Amino acid sequence: MSLKNALAPFGIWARALARPYTIPVEDIMRAPADRYRGWHTNDAEACIGCGSCSDICQNAAIDMVVNRDATKGDTGLRPMVDYGRCCWCALCVDVCPSGSLGLSSEYTWVDKDPEVFRYVPGVDKKPWDDDTKGWHGGEWDLINHDRVPMSMLPGETRGQTWAEVVLGYSEEEAQREAARCLECGICTAACPAHMHIPEYIGAIRDGNYEQAVNLIYETNPMPEMCGKVCTRRCEDVCAHAKQGEPVAIRWLKRFATERFDDLREVIKADVAPIGVGKRVAVIGGGPSGITVAYYLAIRGFEVNLYEALPTLGGATFFGIPKYRFPMPSLEKQVDMLRGAGVKLHVNSPVDAALFEELRSTHDAVFIGAGLMRGKAMRVEGEDAPGVVNALTFLLEHHLRNNTDSDKVSKEPVVLPGMKVAVVGGGNTAIDAARVSLRLGASEVVISYRRRKEDMPADWEEIEDAEHENIQIDVQAIPLRIEQTPDGRLDLIWGPAEMVADKPGARPKPVLVEGVENHLVVDRIIGAIGQGPNLRWLSPEAQGTIADKWGWIKVNEDGMTGMPGVFAGGDLVNETADAISAIADGLRVVQGIPRWLGLQ
Amino acid sequence: MTIENPHVEKETQLWVGPQHPGVTGNMAIQVWLTGDTIQRGITHVGYLHRGFEKLMERRKFIQSFPIVCRICVPEPDTNEYLLAASIEELGGITIPEKAVWLRTLVLEMSRLASLVQQIGGGAGATGLGAVPNWTYTLRDYILDSFEELTGGRVYHMYMVYGGVRRDLPVGFAERMEATLRKIEERLPYIDKVTFQSSVWRERTQGVGLTDPAWVKEMGISGPAIRAMGFARDVRRDFPYLAYPELDFSVITSTGGDIYARMEIRRHEVVESIKIIRQVLQKMPKDGPVAAPIPNVFTWRIPTGQTYVRAEASRGEMGYYTVTDGSDKVRRVHVRGASYVHGFAMAERMFEGLNIADLHPTLVSIPTCPPEMER
Ligand SMILES: Cc1cc2nc3c(=O)[nH]c(=O)nc-3n(C[C@H](O)[C@H](O)[C@H](O)COP(=O)(O)OP(=O)(O)OC[C@H]3O[C@@H](n4cnc5c(N)ncnc54)[C@H](O)[C@@H]3O)c2cc1C
Ligand code: SF4
Ligand code: SF4
Repeated sequence: MSLKNALAPFGIWARALARPYTIPVEDIMRAPADRYRGWHTNDAEACIGCGSCSDICQNAAIDMVVNRDATKGDTGLRPMVDYGRCCWCALCVDVCPSGSLGLSSEYTWVDKDPEVFRYVPGVDKKPWDDDTKGWHGGEWDLINHDRVPMSMLPGETRGQTWAEVVLGYSEEEAQREAARCLECGICTAACPAHMHIPEYIGAIRDGNYEQAVNLIYETNPMPEMCGKVCTRRCEDVCAHAKQGEPVAIRWLKRFATERFDDLREVIKADVAPIGVGKRVAVIGGGPSGITVAYYLAIRGFEVNLYEALPTLGGATFFGIPKYRFPMPSLEKQVDMLRGAGVKLHVNSPVDAALFEELRSTHDAVFIGAGLMRGKAMRVEGEDAPGVVNALTFLLEHHLRNNTDSDKVSKEPVVLPGMKVAVVGGGNTAIDAARVSLRLGASEVVISYRRRKEDMPADWEEIEDAEHENIQIDVQAIPLRIEQTPDGRLDLIWGPAEMVADKPGARPKPVLVEGVENHLVVDRIIGAIGQGPNLRWLSPEAQGTIADKWGWIKVNEDGMTGMPGVFAGGDLVNETADAISAIADGLRVVQGIPRWLGLQ
Repeated sequence: MTIENPHVEKETQLWVGPQHPGVTGNMAIQVWLTGDTIQRGITHVGYLHRGFEKLMERRKFIQSFPIVCRICVPEPDTNEYLLAASIEELGGITIPEKAVWLRTLVLEMSRLASLVQQIGGGAGATGLGAVPNWTYTLRDYILDSFEELTGGRVYHMYMVYGGVRRDLPVGFAERMEATLRKIEERLPYIDKVTFQSSVWRERTQGVGLTDPAWVKEMGISGPAIRAMGFARDVRRDFPYLAYPELDFSVITSTGGDIYARMEIRRHEVVESIKIIRQVLQKMPKDGPVAAPIPNVFTWRIPTGQTYVRAEASRGEMGYYTVTDGSDKVRRVHVRGASYVHGFAMAERMFEGLNIADLHPTLVSIPTCPPEMER
């Protein structure tokens, strides 16, 4: 053993003079690192209560607790964190689709009461609520918020064809898009028909398409229609939409139903035959009538469906153009009705006498007669030849091209080379404009009173129209229509100024006096809304079931003021879209058996 | 005349642990002594078993990250890496270049933190209080860097499938460098009280011997194998991440005793510092730190199996992972170096050991009960 080694340990005495090696308390109390993961924060207003945080937490540290009333797109629940369980991994933050959740950079929190270590961040106020340091969403996302793009016919050429614009997902695309679903289920509450959305999306993701369409058919008898044209309130509230693009729920439904040429072979309606021996008459073959007829028929009811037109579908047949919802898709769904044993009576308008007869020969009657009256623009000169209502225009067009109806003229309203103005900003206006284009119009202009962002039409429809070179004039108030000496029409309009209205309401367009603009065209199509038309009923019946404008009021079972007479669809609900009509139908499917004491 | 000592031949049975004074106490060792010499000993584990492998079978893939880091307290990142790498391989995910370097950085930072801690532990087990005071402080400085980079001090949960969760913070390299210097500055003093000290040499040389014949039989790795002259290191033998592009030496020694194993750590600290400096210098400045991955709530991985390994401070760690087409792993088997070192090998080393040398021996191997028991 060398002396050197024996003395070596004493070498560290040199440190006796060095600064203390321990860290002064001020240093320990230094600020935490910028991205330190401390106690939770949550922007309780931005949080949508989706529960993704709770689902991902493998420590089960998060309970969703009631904090406020549920609304569409907000469950009203908020995460409560139990710090006896939390390990500060921040996975909850990384998956939070709203980006509301975060971890503050707060190191320590001392309290004598153990109960306080379980709190609802953002609701139970804490000193670190506004800490911008720590671990927050947005900087980096574990979740992909981008949608699988949909292939479409190119905008430049599709104006010359009636072919479907949307081409649909391939199997691989559909599965990839389906895999984006977070399964939070916030969509289900927003869907008027409360479809089993996460469940059927999950089945699509796993390639179980039969299971998917069966889940879909539990609450929707026209899914191929909804898969193509639904207003998709579900997508508006999809958690992904908070920071990116919602799951393409509509396109996935479309994908699932399009997998099968004949759904009759696939759908296994597994319901009790409670209605055997009972008869129900359905007036109107639109979505609400189809829903009532289908679900009652599979429950054993004898169902007679009366439709005035040669074809079923209602506004989804005579209103929605075929490049959005083609006939074969509609026929597939009508086949399901036939398969379920519904007796279809087409070309059979119901009048006051037949209505009374149906009441006496059936156990219940459902009215789903829709809104068959196009509203007038109420401008001077509206009755000039060449001015038509959009509803009439579309109805005629679809009857002429898709049925052998002899009730329509052979010549379309819009002829090749014409210039067309469409007045209005809803889906009907866009449809009328795009149909005009496909009929050969050389130029189509949509003229709307408010701003583009105020248009009630679906934003995707608006975009599609613009891609087809349809011009949209906004803040244009129609003043009057004049005929020009050469037989054309002059739509005279004044510019509108947007004026703030009540809080929460859209700003109002107010005419700027003294300015007149001229839009000279060959045809003017008025598309400013539809209203009910119940004149086919006796005045007494109208008085019993409807208000003076023809809107029908129903109870929670969908029954009108006339016992045994039920109603639904556009005549009843304010939303006036297909899925709301279907939801109304589903309510009546519950209501009629209840009324008949069958449950 | 010989005075009969009634105690000499009498065997005493003693339980060492389970209590938790350090990394050796949270398992129990039952020893039989004559005098203060251990005749034989057996290990008892289970006090720390948390069932992590089983828990993973009930968790979605992403949810295993907060679990696996807890398999090894001083060196959680190796576990994060092995989980990430095996699932990425089975799930067909390639990580971006920047993530390769950032992962290498944290792996080496955690090796470094662990190595200095083990040096302190080894010295502490022989009764030297000053060294662990120093090295735990040094480790804390490294943890400061971890906090800055990952948001967590001890458990980092920094890696995810596809890469890592955050890029380097501004000025990180300079602050890391300051810490590396602090470690370098302290090493000579550590040497003086340990490697150069005749007392400490006496305590550690020729003590806690391993037999090269055990190597194949038991799958020994890490400092334990390198201390018998075998230059084995997963970073060199089965290169992963950025290691092939880094210049470092595989340190070996001979003797197979406590001294040799501790000496290897001492030199590996230097190598580790060298590696960290290279990584910070060579790492790409830009580019994404993570590749997109499937929806973590619904991700399913086709049937498959893989074994992925890495060099932890204690030796080879490996994850044998099986997937079955579902959204959870079918099986994860965690192979930690301590598992073989701490049972089979340790039990053979006990015989003839002085009771006072039991802990220095275990620390030098080393054993890490959290990792053995998973
Ligand atoms: C142009 C246009 C585009 C639209 N686009 C969309 C869209 O993209 N997405 C969407 O969700 N919704 C859209 N809608 C709305 C949707 O089509 C309707 O909300 C839905 O069809 C309403 O269904 P319903 O059952 O209430 O009645 P309707 O679909 O209106 O059907 C009523 C049926 O009853 C029949 N009928 C009426 N009176 C009688 C009688 N006395 N005897 C027998 N039969 C009678 C009618 O002929 C008609 O077929 C659009 C509507 C129009 C007009
Ligand atoms: S994941 Fe985010 S939005 Fe959803 S409940 Fe949790 S904090 Fe709220
Ligand atoms: S930080 Fe991790 S452990 Fe804590 S609540 Fe969030 S997910 Fe759960």
